[in-house]
Amino acid sequence: MSLPDPFSRVLVDGVPIDVPRGVNVVAALVAAGSLCTRRSVTGQRRFAFCGIGQCQECRVTVDGRANRLACRTICADGMTIDTGGDW
Amino acid sequence: MKSVLHIVGSGPAGLSAARTALDAGARICLIDDNHAPGGQIWRGGPARWTDARARDAWDALRDHPDCTIMQDAQVIGCGDAGTLLVETGGRGVSVPFERVVLCAGSRELALPFPGWTLPGVTGAGGLQALIKGGMPVCGRRVVVAGSGPLLLATASTALRAGAHVAAIVEHQPWSRLSAFGLGLLSRHGKKFLQAASLFAELRGIPYVTGALLVEARGEDVLRGIVVRAGGRDVEYACDFLAAGFGLVPNTDLARALRCDIVDGAVKVDGGQRTSRANIWAAGECTGIGGVDKAVTEGRIAALDALGLAPSGRDLPLRRTAHAFAALLARTFAPDASLQAMCGPETIVCRCEDVTLARLLPHRDWREAKLATRVGMGPCQGKTCGAACAFLFGWSHEDARTPIMPATARALSDFVKQGES
Repeated sequence: MSLPDPFSRVLVDGVPIDVPRGVNVVAALVAAGSLCTRRSVTGQRRFAFCGIGQCQECRVTVDGRANRLACRTICADGMTIDTGGDW
Repeated sequence: MKSVLHIVGSGPAGLSAARTALDAGARICLIDDNHAPGGQIWRGGPARWTDARARDAWDALRDHPDCTIMQDAQVIGCGDAGTLLVETGGRGVSVPFERVVLCAGSRELALPFPGWTLPGVTGAGGLQALIKGGMPVCGRRVVVAGSGPLLLATASTALRAGAHVAAIVEHQPWSRLSAFGLGLLSRHGKKFLQAASLFAELRGIPYVTGALLVEARGEDVLRGIVVRAGGRDVEYACDFLAAGFGLVPNTDLARALRCDIVDGAVKVDGGQRTSRANIWAAGECTGIGGVDKAVTEGRIAALDALGLAPSGRDLPLRRTAHAFAALLARTFAPDASLQAMCGPETIVCRCEDVTLARLLPHRDWREAKLATRVGMGPCQGKTCGAACAFLFGWSHEDARTPIMPATARALSDFVKQGES
């Protein structure tokens, strides 16, 4: 089934979610209820902080490429987003 | 063939410089790291702009035969003194320049307090940028805290996006804020009206002044914050805390290019020339003063780079903008009492999870880096560097290329290009 035009369907940790076209990956994570992008070096949960590509807290794996900044990556149809939150 | 004026950054300063240079008949190359032009204050791209200055500049730029725009292009440093290294589309591109205008903008001063690393705590401008990027906050509880006019702008953005803004928590006391208001009224009438209209829009929200952030609470995610005001601690439940303590100039590229830095900002003269002969700088990277300062400085920088004098209007506009910058600094410069927010077990460096207690024994930034790895993670001190400057008075070293994380593929591209 094709989606209505103004939405993109992305997979957040394997779970499909539809987000308005043009939003960034942080928006998709919040829409998916996943407030964790990565674990810190001591295992703490972290999430987007600066919002402008400086702090590097929002690093996630996008389409198999590690260390993409969620705040600077625009969602695209079929994109897979994997966070470091699942351990 | 006309030589090209390179401009780094397409915020207000960069767009203004680009438009000015094109109007003067020059060729330009505009390099920007975001996916849409506008920088931070004009974030969201042309479709969302309400400021006519942004639209006018963009209309003049796009499709202009003498204008090359590199969007989604991250300058990661410099090769020799006259080459920018740019990563774009996953590849590295060496961009030689004759003259360049740096319009690198600013980033937020993030000061550490207990719990500031919890998911849900963002910068003040950070939350604004994230909402503009599509982050849904409708029905979510938001507290905006810290210091400065950005708190009001962020609260407004959150409110318009449907958030419930539980409180705005300002560190400065009401007496100082009143003096700021009078300062605006006496010389910056338009900004006074903007502030008044923001206050009117936000009138239903508690505005707590003279307040200190005690801590952000939560296990895996933010649940609430504690604020101390008038000797009492008050807790606010919230899903997002937007905490910001002002802005600091982004000087990474200028430092990599060996431009002089004074008081944390790129040093420029009346023509916006840096200490390096072929490099100009404009906007927030030369000192925090807002959009009017950026637009005027961008214009003066481009004219000077082309050997042209500023117009009769430019210099008075810049004087007024600098007066506003001084008023901002006088009112909102973070004072030493904010150091008390950071406890011994509070993480200062978010990349390497280095606490205040581990930093205290060290004498300077370099020694602390070697002993604790503070500032040595992926952000390279972009967050904790300014915090350590505030907490300990430690100054930065020169920035080294790459100034931003880069892929090995891009770096190997630069090496090949250097050999050919």
